[in-house]
Amino acid sequence: MSDANLHHTPLDALHIELGGRMVPFAGYSMPVQYEGIMAEHNHTRDAAGLFDVSHMGQARYVGDESALEKLITADLTALQPGEQKYTLLPNEQGGILDDLMVSRPDADGVFLVVNAATKEADFARIAKATQGKGTLEILADRALLALQGPKAKDVMARLAPDAAKMVFMQCGHFDLLGTDAIISRSGYTGEDGFEISIPAAEADRIARALLAEAEVKPIGLGARDSLRLEAGLCLYGHDMDETKTPVEATLMWAVAKPRRERKDFPGAETVMAMFADGPQRKRVGFTMAGAPAREGAEIVKDGNTIGVVTSGGFGPTVGGPVGMAYVDTEFAVPGTEIEILVRDKARPATIAKMPFVEQRYYRG
Amino acid sequence: MSTHFTKDHEWIRVEGDEAVVGITAYAAEQLGDVVFVELPATGKSFSQGDEMAVVESVKAASEVYAPVSGEIVAVNDALEDAPQTVNEAPAGDGWFVRIKLADKSQLDGLMDEAAYNQHIG
Repeated sequence: MSDANLHHTPLDALHIELGGRMVPFAGYSMPVQYEGIMAEHNHTRDAAGLFDVSHMGQARYVGDESALEKLITADLTALQPGEQKYTLLPNEQGGILDDLMVSRPDADGVFLVVNAATKEADFARIAKATQGKGTLEILADRALLALQGPKAKDVMARLAPDAAKMVFMQCGHFDLLGTDAIISRSGYTGEDGFEISIPAAEADRIARALLAEAEVKPIGLGARDSLRLEAGLCLYGHDMDETKTPVEATLMWAVAKPRRERKDFPGAETVMAMFADGPQRKRVGFTMAGAPAREGAEIVKDGNTIGVVTSGGFGPTVGGPVGMAYVDTEFAVPGTEIEILVRDKARPATIAKMPFVEQRYYRG
Repeated sequence: MSTHFTKDHEWIRVEGDEAVVGITAYAAEQLGDVVFVELPATGKSFSQGDEMAVVESVKAASEVYAPVSGEIVAVNDALEDAPQTVNEAPAGDGWFVRIKLADKSQLDGLMDEAAYNQHIG
């Protein structure tokens, strides 16, 4: 896609003003970094970072919720007002079409946040399957900000005190600088923090107000990637996709127990059979020294190919290369020594437990 | 002593029959935080344009090409423990290799500083 065809978020002018290095990402012009990935990563771990994630898809579904539930892996009957769940959108083969957040910030149905690259397909799938039973309203006129880091709560306590009282995976409506915001206590960095949905027209003003707080700096997609990787969080299209099941992706925790028992989500028979038998390959973490293995690098053991890297890079907090990979299950045990081909040279690596950096969610 | 530049953003500082090679400040800035530098073995020979080293930033790996033909007579081992030196002093302590020039006439095809500055515009 040429730059002329790229979409721009409501914060485009602000990114440019802040010196953001703009790159195409999922059809949007997005800042990959401002002052530098390492500094931004460390600032988020130490204080608070503000991310523009307005490229992600936001929607509200109102109507017969069993029609929506059939498409995902959450138990919507158990989703209480003020709660958010991480869930999956499987295909009929049990592959993962997307991962998403479903929440109930108010009495008006459920609120969905999906990935940017998949949003059109996701929303088309949901609209089609729920036709005549419910209404999917795509909220294209809303921006999404993420405020992440150990000091995010201090900022929120000053600007929207009630929002700062939530615990991890709670959500609701709050007055934020005079705007009705849908805020959840969640994120994609492994840190405590908030995701803030606001009308697009208010986004520039609110982002500037957040950035004016002493603890807050703007953070680009580069650090978002290194932060989520260290936190062991999957990136859709890389660490999972429609060719991998929740069992292989080690995401069965996102398949609610009643849904496993009822086997009533797309691909459930395949997924539950694999869950019972054990997968042939699964997602693991790895650490190594020296040159980081990147996505696509081949993993070998005793001369045989046993897997492939799906995300890899330097972990600034870890202080060395980290990554995620799919390997044959027999080699998936943490501590297993493997080799990864980086520029045709086999380099030693070790299967490691994730997260690489302790998650610091606020659970009260 | 003269310094030349390539369109791939390497600098080459000629010192007699040898030359010191590194990447430019512009390249270092574009790469972002350098986290690892893979350098060639001393004694290895390269032809002009061969892949000679690799710079890893947080985000990606980038190749560094031999700006001229020659044999590696020294490498900057200090980068192993302090790869960030490439960002901090790209034209100084962040040098990559010292190369024995095989064909000095190759230097004529490279840019001087003014031409390079125009190249990065």
